[in-house]
Amino acid sequence: MKSFFSLLLTASLAAFTPRALAQSTPAASGATAVVQNTMAQRMQACVMCHGQEGRATNAGYFPRIAGKPEGYLFNQLKNFRESRRRNQAMGHLTRFISDDYLRDIARYFSSLDLPYPPALAHRLSAQQQKTAEELVFKGVPDRQIPACASCHGSHLAGRLPAVPGLVTLPADYLVGQLGAWRTGLRAAAAPDCMADIARRLTDEEASVVARWLSAQTLPTGTKPEAGPSPPLLAHCGSGNE
Amino acid sequence: MKGMSLRRLALRAGALFLVLIFLLGALVAWLNVRGEHALETSVPTAPASSEVIARGAYLARAGNCMGCHTTTAGPEFAGGRGIDTPFGIVFAPNITHDQKTGIGSWSADEFWRSLHHGRSKDGRLLYPAFPYPSFTQVSREDSDALYAFLRSVPAVERANTLHALRFPYSTQAALAVWRALYFRPGGFEPDPGQSAEWNRGKYLTQGLGHCAACHSGRNPLGASGLSAQFGGGLMANGAWYAPSLASPSEAGVQRWPREQVVRLLKDGVSAHASVSGPMAEVVFNSTQYLTGEDLDAMARYLATIPVVEEPPARPGTASEEMMVAGQQVYEQHCAACHGDRGQGVSGMYPALAGNRAVTLASHVNLVQQIRQGGFSPTTAGNPRPFGMPPYGQVLSNDEIAAVATFVRQSWGNVASPVSPLDVLRVR
Repeated sequence: MKSFFSLLLTASLAAFTPRALAQSTPAASGATAVVQNTMAQRMQACVMCHGQEGRATNAGYFPRIAGKPEGYLFNQLKNFRESRRRNQAMGHLTRFISDDYLRDIARYFSSLDLPYPPALAHRLSAQQQKTAEELVFKGVPDRQIPACASCHGSHLAGRLPAVPGLVTLPADYLVGQLGAWRTGLRAAAAPDCMADIARRLTDEEASVVARWLSAQTLPTGTKPEAGPSPPLLAHCGSGNE
Repeated sequence: MKGMSLRRLALRAGALFLVLIFLLGALVAWLNVRGEHALETSVPTAPASSEVIARGAYLARAGNCMGCHTTTAGPEFAGGRGIDTPFGIVFAPNITHDQKTGIGSWSADEFWRSLHHGRSKDGRLLYPAFPYPSFTQVSREDSDALYAFLRSVPAVERANTLHALRFPYSTQAALAVWRALYFRPGGFEPDPGQSAEWNRGKYLTQGLGHCAACHSGRNPLGASGLSAQFGGGLMANGAWYAPSLASPSEAGVQRWPREQVVRLLKDGVSAHASVSGPMAEVVFNSTQYLTGEDLDAMARYLATIPVVEEPPARPGTASEEMMVAGQQVYEQHCAACHGDRGQGVSGMYPALAGNRAVTLASHVNLVQQIRQGGFSPTTAGNPRPFGMPPYGQVLSNDEIAAVATFVRQSWGNVASPVSPLDVLRVR
């Protein structure tokens, strides 16, 4: 009875949370859980927003971090710490952490192999879907916009060592990032290729490509692509760490 | 006739007033330069010995010079970080030896004068956001080592950012009056009745360490009260409270084993405490690099700061409704790590029962900690700290107030309740 009540309470609290994102807080595993001296335990600071084991889905705002390339995660943690990427919570969390520990954190989340959430209905018109798929697989060479797949991997699951996967990220997050690149609130090590590409997209293109990417799924076990970097990446600051 | 004498009287009074103003101005001017000697202005041509440079580098850590003179990921010592004060923002200058924009043209004497007297090469009075009221105690030898070290750091051309201070604080006249009232150039006088270690500890704590800059609190004009040394106070930006080092119920270590104080400063964690907020920055950038002997010396001195205990206030009792709400938040979000009785997990998560940071009279730090979460700073002794989520992302002000109140009034903790308005007011 007590557990039913607390479950109900938990559910109702979660429902009324102003920013409904508490996908899985540390306590959700139960106050009786034994605290262990593990990396997973250390990373409880992350999972409130990024989901248990970093598995956030296309709902809400926060990006999945599980299974992203280690180099990408490390670069982002450093970017937050050094204010190239602005987010108050992430800036504070990383501020007093050494490179060594940031590397451990990146390695931990990149090593997790979790299933992707199921595909969603993207609710794009036929024309919008065509625009999105062209951007993703062909790009717009006339406007120097490369295909997303040319760097982010043919499955868009990322590319080693440092390019992130894109599918199943929340559309709001993707739109937010493209916007942040355009306004300079998000930057990578120079030359910042993605910033240049984001500035070449129209608002409509940014929106439809985000919605399309968010709605896709991938077979369990899909990993970031290995292999030589495409020529485009070779000169980008973040492409090869 | 009568009008004539009145006019004469007024003239005399006016003249007297002008003379008084002049004398007062002269007094303020004199108070601002007294004790200064003629300056040698030539710049050394040969670099200092590597030992002196290494000692200067160590002292720069002890003084956490980079804390202000380096921006996040910016070039070292090239300045630019803004210090938020109630009077506006003071921007730390470039102290690399760039000729045009740094201190490349400064002599060792001029550098010494800035630390000791708070005046720039060109004679300008410096704002005490640069903590020369503490640095005035730094020895000439240490000043010279710092100077030699800064000349060894790569010169960076970065023009200084102008301070963004409100009138009248933006004027040199206001600063001169402030200094006449509150600043006395001094030096470190060893206490012969104490050990060499204790004196070394006092020198580091009061001088380069400039602990008083935060832990002594400030009056409305931004001066650290001399009578209430280390009495604690809100940081200049109001975002954190620097607890009193004079009070064992705040951050005083008079009753701590000395090795625990050393651990806290070296590792960022000790048996019963961990650092957070601005003190995490101090450990991360400064004290973790100090030698065990110097930290031990500081601990010796800190243990002898005279105890000033406020009479125990009688905190109000929180409403039952608030305690119930707080307990619910606690059980959902906090208990898994901090324990169902606030007992914590040794070496991983701090206990909240009996935790001084929880029961401080000021609720500011507790609210910040709940909001921002975070990791203890990584140090050699604590390289992989456990983290706390930034609950400001998911909890409302009402919930933060409730859970803060709950932990302040549970398991034997006695501290005032925290209202949602209190939470809202924390920057």
